[in-house]
Amino acid sequence: MARTLYQKLWDAHLVVDGGEGPSLLYIDRHLLHEVSTPQSFAMLREEGLPVRRPETQLAVADHSVPTQARDQPIADPRAAAQIELLASNCASYGIEYLPLDGGGQGIVHVIGPEQGFTLPGVTLVCGDSHSSTHGAFGALAFGIGASECGIVMATQVLWQTRAKTMRVVFEGELPPYVSAKDMALALIGRIGASGAVGHAIEFAGPAVRALSMEGRMTLCNMAIEAGSRTGLVAPDETTFAYVWGRPRAPSGSRWNAALSYWRGLRSDDDAMFDREVVIRADEIAPHVTFGTSPDQVIAIDGAVPQGREKLGRALDYMAVEPGAPLVGLPIDHAFIGSCTNGRIEDLRAAADVARGGHVAPGVRALVVPGSAAVKRHAEAEGLDRVFLKAGFEWREPGCSLCVAMNNDRLPAGARCASTSNRNFEGRQGIGARTHLMSPAMVAAAALAGRIVDVRSSRA
Amino acid sequence: MTPLTRVTGQALSLPQADIDTDIIYPARFLLITERTGLGAFAFYDRRNDPAFPIAPDLRKVPPFLVAGPNFGCGSSREQAPWALDDLGVRVIIAESFGEIFYSNCFKNGMLPIRLDTETVTALHASATSGGRFTVDLLEQRLRVDGLPPLAFDVAPAQRAALLNGWSEITRIQSLHGNDIASFEAAQRRAMPWLW
Ligand code: SF4
Repeated sequence: MARTLYQKLWDAHLVVDGGEGPSLLYIDRHLLHEVSTPQSFAMLREEGLPVRRPETQLAVADHSVPTQARDQPIADPRAAAQIELLASNCASYGIEYLPLDGGGQGIVHVIGPEQGFTLPGVTLVCGDSHSSTHGAFGALAFGIGASECGIVMATQVLWQTRAKTMRVVFEGELPPYVSAKDMALALIGRIGASGAVGHAIEFAGPAVRALSMEGRMTLCNMAIEAGSRTGLVAPDETTFAYVWGRPRAPSGSRWNAALSYWRGLRSDDDAMFDREVVIRADEIAPHVTFGTSPDQVIAIDGAVPQGREKLGRALDYMAVEPGAPLVGLPIDHAFIGSCTNGRIEDLRAAADVARGGHVAPGVRALVVPGSAAVKRHAEAEGLDRVFLKAGFEWREPGCSLCVAMNNDRLPAGARCASTSNRNFEGRQGIGARTHLMSPAMVAAAALAGRIVDVRSSRA
Repeated sequence: MTPLTRVTGQALSLPQADIDTDIIYPARFLLITERTGLGAFAFYDRRNDPAFPIAPDLRKVPPFLVAGPNFGCGSSREQAPWALDDLGVRVIIAESFGEIFYSNCFKNGMLPIRLDTETVTALHASATSGGRFTVDLLEQRLRVDGLPPLAFDVAPAQRAALLNGWSEITRIQSLHGNDIASFEAAQRRAMPWLW
């Protein structure tokens, strides 16, 4: 019978087939970070259990790490203790930990792929909802809770119920200055923040094929904002070229064996999806959120919708008016970074816009590379100098203003153009207002001091 | 884990849609590495919001929560169900849930129940008027004053785990230890590149 990619990945990892009910699924890879695992390790300790296969796990601190003065001791004692706890837990359980100063640190969803830890065809989990990012490689990847992290460490399996499938086809070609971020926001705007609950999304179509791995990761990263735990792109030559030669990727004859398996990882031509959504990529404009849920989003040439009863709270919080455009809205902050848009291509797109300009007076603009490797890469290309010259701050890697758990926090009422993935109330600081958009759009907003259409500001 | 078989009490109505786990448990409290006592931080930034019916007096939170659609969406943080558990919430009823939150509830002895829009609307009304809710997990029935008994779906394994208060790890290891070992042997042969 014809099978979707999701079904193939599912079938290949069934330890106990529960049919329509929960099945026991084998987990090949587990990424750990400091926030979601202290209690998982405590669980193992209470039950006196070892980690079954420590070599399938990789840990890094990202959420609470400072992005400045990394040569100094961490100022917040709770953050310092949490990071130290991850390191010591990993040491006691034989799990590899990438230290803050070792050159390999970064946001968990950025380092997995760059290390070749994320591979096509694997099951990968992490105590973080944006684990969907890794689906860009054709891996079955999803976020789990802390208890499940403990279960995976002890048993290497999880009870999971098979999702329904949704294919999202992007037809045509993306226009200039429109990116994977806009594709994601356009989709979420179309189907809603819970539009894909219970479904595994497979992204397909020419505009997806044309995306780099970075773009595909951005797209899959945001699947969770449409309610789907899993986003998938079938692996192809773009994928294989990205994975080849990475530190933890197979090499030699193992590479060839892997490759021949990976080539079969695609939905069969006559496979049926439970739902199908078609979006014309050539009609997508840059998108910007106006509210406090990622589906409260409009094309930059549109206007904030009417509908006070439903949107009232969000509109009040964001201080935006129904019927008004977002273009022209003054901003106080700009943030370029996160597991959505903190990779080298994102920094290039932003630097491209920032080059030769200057951040508007009164605007504070941060660039936070997704990993130490991204930072080195960007510096080798001179992007750090472009940003610094244009008045942006150039920081050390971490989650930073995406989640405001470290000391990067915005004051109440501040308005921020941000490349992150969640515009929830208080996400960037209590009372702070977040407008999600692409790296090019954020850079353009930083220079203008207000929300602008990057297409016209570049024309 | 404390078994859950039958729960009786009043319900809190929280009809707003898309209450995400950042609202249930704000990120800055994630620096805490414990899992107990987190109720003190639940809905922290909404406590003084008159439109939000979580009383500043958290001792008054009843065992049932009737929530709006997509409750618990967003971040996977298990601190959200831990905090609700700490407040004494045992059963959460909504039209839909964030999926990770939904499965996190079961891991902590809490029962999430999905029901259709119309029923949930009726339950919000019962909750607001102080109606008594009873859930019987053995019978898989929810009884609410003035309404006919309501059946709900729950996966058999998750139901059994709640009823017995089982530790999932111990269950998996004793029932499926051999299945896991033979899966690993086969995968190692078929996909040596993964090992
Ligand atoms: S960058 Fe943001 S979304 Fe990504 S892992 Fe960090 S906190 Fe989560």
